[in-house]
Amino acid sequence: MVLTIGEAEMHDIASGAAILGTGGGGDPYVGKLMALTAIRKHGPVKLLDPTEVPDDWFVIPTAIMGAPTVLIERIPRGDEAVASLRLLEKYHGRKADATMPIEAGGVNSTIPFVVAAKTGLPVIDGDGMGRAFPELQMETFSVYGIPGSPIAIHDEKGNSAVLNAVDNFALEWLARGLTIKMGGSSHIAEYAMSGKDVKRTAVRNCVSLVLKIGRTIREASERKESPLEALMRVTEGTNYGKAIPLFKGKILDVERRTTAGFAVGNTAIEGLDEYAGRTMTIRFQNENLMAAVDGEIVATVPDLISILDTESARAITTEGLRYGFRVTVVGIPTPEIMRTPEALKVWGPRYFNLETDYIPLEMRHPAFYLKAKLSPDKEEKYRPRLRSS
Amino acid sequence: MTLKLGIDVGSTHTDAVILSARNEFVGAVKTPTTPDVTTGVVNGLDAVLQKTGADPSEVKLAAIGTTHCINAIVERRRLAKVAAVRISLPAGVGVEPMIDWPEDLKRAVGGTYFTVEGGYEYDGREFNRLDNSKLREIGRTIVEKKFDSISITGQFSPVRNDQEVEAAETLRGVVGDEIPVSLSHEIGIIGLIERENAAILNSATVEVAKAAARALEEALERRAIRAKLFFSQNDGTLMSVEYAKRYPVLTILSGPTNSIRGAGFLTGLNETVVVDIGGTTTLAGILVKGFPRQSSSAVEVGGVRTNFRMPDLVSMGNGGGSVVRKVDGRVTIGPDSVGYSIVTKGIAWGGSTVTATDVALADGYAEISGDPRVDVSRTKKLDKEFVKSAVSKIVENVEKSIDMIKTSRESMPVVLVGGGGIILPGSHYDKLKGSARVIRPPNFQFANAIGAAISQVSGEIDRVFSLEHQSRDEALKQAKQMASDKAIQAGADPERVQIVDIDEVFLAYLPSNAARIRVKAAGPLK
Repeated sequence: MVLTIGEAEMHDIASGAAILGTGGGGDPYVGKLMALTAIRKHGPVKLLDPTEVPDDWFVIPTAIMGAPTVLIERIPRGDEAVASLRLLEKYHGRKADATMPIEAGGVNSTIPFVVAAKTGLPVIDGDGMGRAFPELQMETFSVYGIPGSPIAIHDEKGNSAVLNAVDNFALEWLARGLTIKMGGSSHIAEYAMSGKDVKRTAVRNCVSLVLKIGRTIREASERKESPLEALMRVTEGTNYGKAIPLFKGKILDVERRTTAGFAVGNTAIEGLDEYAGRTMTIRFQNENLMAAVDGEIVATVPDLISILDTESARAITTEGLRYGFRVTVVGIPTPEIMRTPEALKVWGPRYFNLETDYIPLEMRHPAFYLKAKLSPDKEEKYRPRLRSS
Repeated sequence: MTLKLGIDVGSTHTDAVILSARNEFVGAVKTPTTPDVTTGVVNGLDAVLQKTGADPSEVKLAAIGTTHCINAIVERRRLAKVAAVRISLPAGVGVEPMIDWPEDLKRAVGGTYFTVEGGYEYDGREFNRLDNSKLREIGRTIVEKKFDSISITGQFSPVRNDQEVEAAETLRGVVGDEIPVSLSHEIGIIGLIERENAAILNSATVEVAKAAARALEEALERRAIRAKLFFSQNDGTLMSVEYAKRYPVLTILSGPTNSIRGAGFLTGLNETVVVDIGGTTTLAGILVKGFPRQSSSAVEVGGVRTNFRMPDLVSMGNGGGSVVRKVDGRVTIGPDSVGYSIVTKGIAWGGSTVTATDVALADGYAEISGDPRVDVSRTKKLDKEFVKSAVSKIVENVEKSIDMIKTSRESMPVVLVGGGGIILPGSHYDKLKGSARVIRPPNFQFANAIGAAISQVSGEIDRVFSLEHQSRDEALKQAKQMASDKAIQAGADPERVQIVDIDEVFLAYLPSNAARIRVKAAGPLK
């Protein structure tokens, strides 16, 4: 299936991507404006289902790397990611057949559309995490054997580099160092791979899911239906799973700082209504990592934890959180490709120094998920365990 | 006895209300707004002093709300031609200034921007050197092309403002001191696009605000009222008149905040939709637990994204003075309004422009008493079908506003305030879509001025705290105390001061651990 992404679709992608951004990934607003500018000038972009990608295609994902707080102040020039893609083409001696996101949550859902509109390439409907994550090796591509190197990296001033690292951790470390020296934000092309490898390693259909989430929430709001309930319906039964409301309250405090290229800190939320008298704390490193109510953990990475405006279900990013906001926190289960033992080594709670093992959202809230429709792979894996718990 | 004066200068009417120091209603009047503003306010003062028998010397506080600036933006009129300067090159051009503004508003402010080399990094290091020679060139263009106002937005200026200040000096060196300059770091927080939008809107409305402030000062002087003069801000607290002249954008949504709070005060309701129909707009807001619901997303002003703290609002050009037309066979209301000129331009007044008030009079559900210039029979000549379509369009606009501000399907009470409320037919009170019942409290037409008079006084601090020898919690505690003390000094009741806003930017560029902390505290007058 090929979807055509024009200006209207770009608006829905941006609002859906904010939810999959789980507080980080950067506010898609700036990226959306860049993509709209590019689409207005060069025309709409094709979004290709991974199953339709020929095995021998050469695919170069594109993205922005760095702290979201930098991006909302230091606005890009707009052609940096294209420059990185061109640099990588030159290095490989081969033209790209398509680009794709490495991260469908947050601003990086929009960057491939900027690149695609400007180059005429299609975008593939998939990514390497199905959400947002703070580090480059946190990619299903990496987990399932694709080298991130060589990476091409550009800043707004025109400084550029092609970097080869011995592994994807070293790649993250060195590229992060360059990004910090570039002022905390850079534009990259990396994980160049064949169409065959895309089909083997990507989290599939997360871009069209993001589009669907954005559209569903907008339409629910227009019809005066609960956008939160609409959100639960739209992810239920997909390779993700039904969204669960975890907490409702008012922002009490946001402690955040920019350290080593990341926005890190804690959000405290004072409970309202059925949660009155309780406090939720959310630990974040660009993205929300762990949510706990009065010390009891209710969700952790790699499951998705999103803070939404209680009324409109619009996602609020970490940098957008302000004292006094009324919010609802939802959890969305992550796809199974993100939960294998080798995957959890890269983005399980322990990697982020959280003192807990990973327990899938379904198993943390069995009563809720016992009543939910699960995707076929999750049905097989969790239904018996949900019944017995 | 100590008295408080609340004044609301709307596009068609000027309201004046007197409350006791303990917020007891003493009296209120409504007079027509005049083109010079001052005469209308003087008339209002005379009338309210006469009606209440109050002694001018007992008025210790005058709080003003005005819709001049927001109306200028909504109607795209009287706006200054702004030179929008962004300091960010070589970054920044991927999203050019004003890119997602409505085209007509962009045109109304001139739609011209300049980008210049400069800007800071997140840690306060220089991103690029400020190009002063290019700025001087820009300055010459500003003089040559006769720009009225300048806005300057520098990359990461909330972290470090030196370049914005330097750029202003350089430009003033070329253009002189006559052209007002708005600096983004004094108006907004982190988020360049939103802060830049706010700075441009501020530049566009500075002259409108200055004229309004001067007119009010003059009016009070003429009636020997030596009260402390304040303007209400977007968040429902008061701001000194000097500050308001420089930062009008911080007062542009005070009107709705005031009417929502005023509506709550008049009805005693804590949970309700408030619809304020004025001369130019229908505004819908919502009172939750006694406070206007704050918008958690970027607030749009006239279709432009900003990052202010403001009440959640829906605004439509659907007021008493809104112009009614037939365009391509369809009847339209607004968005333009004849404003105070209704008394010469409106059909009922013998003019030739059909306003929403005229169709309300023609249909027979509205009445205007006490204005000898009004002759309702003039409106009877309007085409019946046209009037009927216009009335249903007015009702539809109000219903749409209510629908948009509510976020659930459940019906809520609707408090109807504002002088333009007569354009909504009383026969529809019981059957408005989405409304449980419509309440028009006594003195409903003064909700706005009452909201201004019950405004709280605030204290704000904004400074860098070293975290070397104290924890972040201790620094925050200290900042909160300082803001509360300032509010108390400004006259707030020490028992009832609350923290209303906290904003924090961590500064990694200083040699020691440090953070810029902004805290605002507010409380009712003691």
